[in-house]
Amino acid sequence: MYNIVIVGVGGQGTLLASKILGQLAMNNGYEVRVSEVHGMSQRGGSVVTYVRMSNDQPLYSSIVEQEQADIVLAFENLEALRALPYIKKDGTMVINTQEILPMPVITGAVKYPEDCLERVRESCKTIEIDAVDIAHECGTYRAANVVLMGVVAKMLPFSVDEWHKAIEQCVKPKFLSININAFDRGYAY
Amino acid sequence: MKKLLLGNEAIARGAYEAGVTVSSAYPGTPSTEINENIANYPEIYSEWAPNEKVAVEVALGAAVSGARSMACMKHVGLNVSADPFFTASYTGVNAGLVIVVADDPGMHSSQDEQDTRMLARSAHAPCLEPSSSQECKDFMKIAYEISEEYDTPVIARITTRIAHARTLVEIGEREERPLREYKRDIKKFVSMPANMIGRHVYVEERENKLQEAASELSINRIEWADKKVGVITSGAAYNYVKEAMPTASVLKLGLVYPLSRKLIEDFAKEVETLYIIEDMEPFFEDTIKAWGIPCSGKDRTGVQGELFARKIASRFEGAEEAGPMNTPGIPNRPPVLCPGCPHRGLYYVLGKLKLTVCSDIGCYTLGALPPLSGVDTCVCMGASIGMAHGMEKARGKEQAKKTVAVLGDSTFCHSGLTGLLNMAYNRSVGTVIIADNSITGMTGHQNNPANGLDIHGEPTTQLDIIKLCEAMGVASVRVVDPFNVKELEQVLREETERDGLSVVISQRPCALIVKQPGIPFISDPDKCRNCGMCMKIGCPAIRKTETGVAIDPTQCVGCGLCQNLCPFGALHTEE
Repeated sequence: MYNIVIVGVGGQGTLLASKILGQLAMNNGYEVRVSEVHGMSQRGGSVVTYVRMSNDQPLYSSIVEQEQADIVLAFENLEALRALPYIKKDGTMVINTQEILPMPVITGAVKYPEDCLERVRESCKTIEIDAVDIAHECGTYRAANVVLMGVVAKMLPFSVDEWHKAIEQCVKPKFLSININAFDRGYAY
Repeated sequence: MKKLLLGNEAIARGAYEAGVTVSSAYPGTPSTEINENIANYPEIYSEWAPNEKVAVEVALGAAVSGARSMACMKHVGLNVSADPFFTASYTGVNAGLVIVVADDPGMHSSQDEQDTRMLARSAHAPCLEPSSSQECKDFMKIAYEISEEYDTPVIARITTRIAHARTLVEIGEREERPLREYKRDIKKFVSMPANMIGRHVYVEERENKLQEAASELSINRIEWADKKVGVITSGAAYNYVKEAMPTASVLKLGLVYPLSRKLIEDFAKEVETLYIIEDMEPFFEDTIKAWGIPCSGKDRTGVQGELFARKIASRFEGAEEAGPMNTPGIPNRPPVLCPGCPHRGLYYVLGKLKLTVCSDIGCYTLGALPPLSGVDTCVCMGASIGMAHGMEKARGKEQAKKTVAVLGDSTFCHSGLTGLLNMAYNRSVGTVIIADNSITGMTGHQNNPANGLDIHGEPTTQLDIIKLCEAMGVASVRVVDPFNVKELEQVLREETERDGLSVVISQRPCALIVKQPGIPFISDPDKCRNCGMCMKIGCPAIRKTETGVAIDPTQCVGCGLCQNLCPFGALHTEE
């Protein structure tokens, strides 16, 4: 069984990441539960998505709770720090090292913590990657989510072919080659 | 064949397979995707109604005339449609009518934690609650069977964690339902007192009959395990109970109103300790206690927020209480108006003019947050207009000249028309601003009567807001682009000073429906004097640096609002 938490900022493409993971798990005969966030927080707020997949025990809840996540996939540094309570003792946090300032920081009411990544590193294993930069090289910074899928792929028991198939089922045909390329770059990271 | 479906997609699939032919809805998180998915089935007529009351009336008309029909909404939408819903319970239906209502425990995207089960009980309408996407689909079919067998509208209640969870669903075939015969039946369908006195007798008999039958319903089931502890639960709470209390016996209720007294009494007799674990109100618990059955639950979970597995494990199984889900003491990230959002220009000007702002439900409610901080009130769909009018009547027209109502085009169509008519009719002095972004934005971009496109994106009759306002007797109606801040300021000064009723249409399309974003802006360090003007609009793409500002090219959509405000010409697109 794998519990995965995906965190980021509304608009970063976290929903596509959870869709690919759900599709992949289903294609491979796993029981799947994905919990998404729609509505208000999608407008630039913190968004959290849960993906649970199992081929050895029944799943009921669609939520991953405190200290239950094998993998936390964070699309942003502050959101990585915010999501720390989810991670299991031996879990791994995959972080897209991007900083997006929340409005209270922009207005000057509070400061963006400078030690986000240090605090996460102290608590769990991390893999840090500038996925936006790599995605940009692949053709669009919007494919950062799929670069991150490539990184996560090495931690899950599915073949690269299966990943490619799941991506093909989840993205529009005209963006497929960019996304496959983005995935491969993440996988090679 | 199995598919991974959102609860909302599965509800739509269930309606499709059950042979539904008419569906009407108003979007509202977490219910919106139901009707969006219905629209993909050509066999079903679907529409966005201006509001939930209309949607329920449409669905009722279709059902009475012989077609299986559906209306969908979020919990507060049932308040809007309570009038037809309560009386439909008396008239009954003909073909099946299911009203799908999505509650939002934890208030992810809502203004309250209202429990729809309470309204089902008040209206004496049966209420079903699924726990997974598979059940969402299956329960819809059962809901239509109950609706037709008992001649009643049925509520299918879901919550956010069911509506927006994807789980596996076995897809079935559609069963076509020929139209049932329609016959005039004045005693049943004309809600005059003499007729409805007789129907109320029927409603009570119907409910008693369903309560008797409920012990045999397949959607109410007992999962026996250790009998030391028994739990009665439903919906998302059932999922958490199964994870947190694996040794407990569970009575899972699919029909959550009316409750099967026999089933609950039989279950209670078999277990040593009985817990009731339910999201929101002590709806089961109050009834079960009133039957004299010892039980508890709400004293440990409370009525606020969501239940979770770890919460249940700690409150009922003695497990360690979980800490917070998020790291405390770090900056929050509240939702914001998007880069390029037309409402930003409007709220900048409203703030500059220091107006009292009665706002409304929509993306523009976010104008309440810093740095814009430009909203005094927001209550429910359309309330902006009624409240601004009330303020004028309480405090006089001088106050009214410092007050505006602000609501979106979709909200205006939903519940603003009657409020504006009231202002015109009752000689109001005031200014109503319709923030017309040509879409229902917050719920994910649905069409509405003001943009002239139907649910499929096809052109249809478009509401002419200007003519409508004029027909109501509004003295002045003006249209202005909110990114032209100078003109908007001038127009608002003139209209608020007017000794009469005016409407200002602040018109610019939602930044997310503009297909080609503009070229991102950059800040010229030689020209920037670090004055902070561009920081006043709360654009998430602009950040302060030590010497001036920097614009994030991945967020900026090149809307140019900051350029309009910069006194030194420091902000421009790359040459």
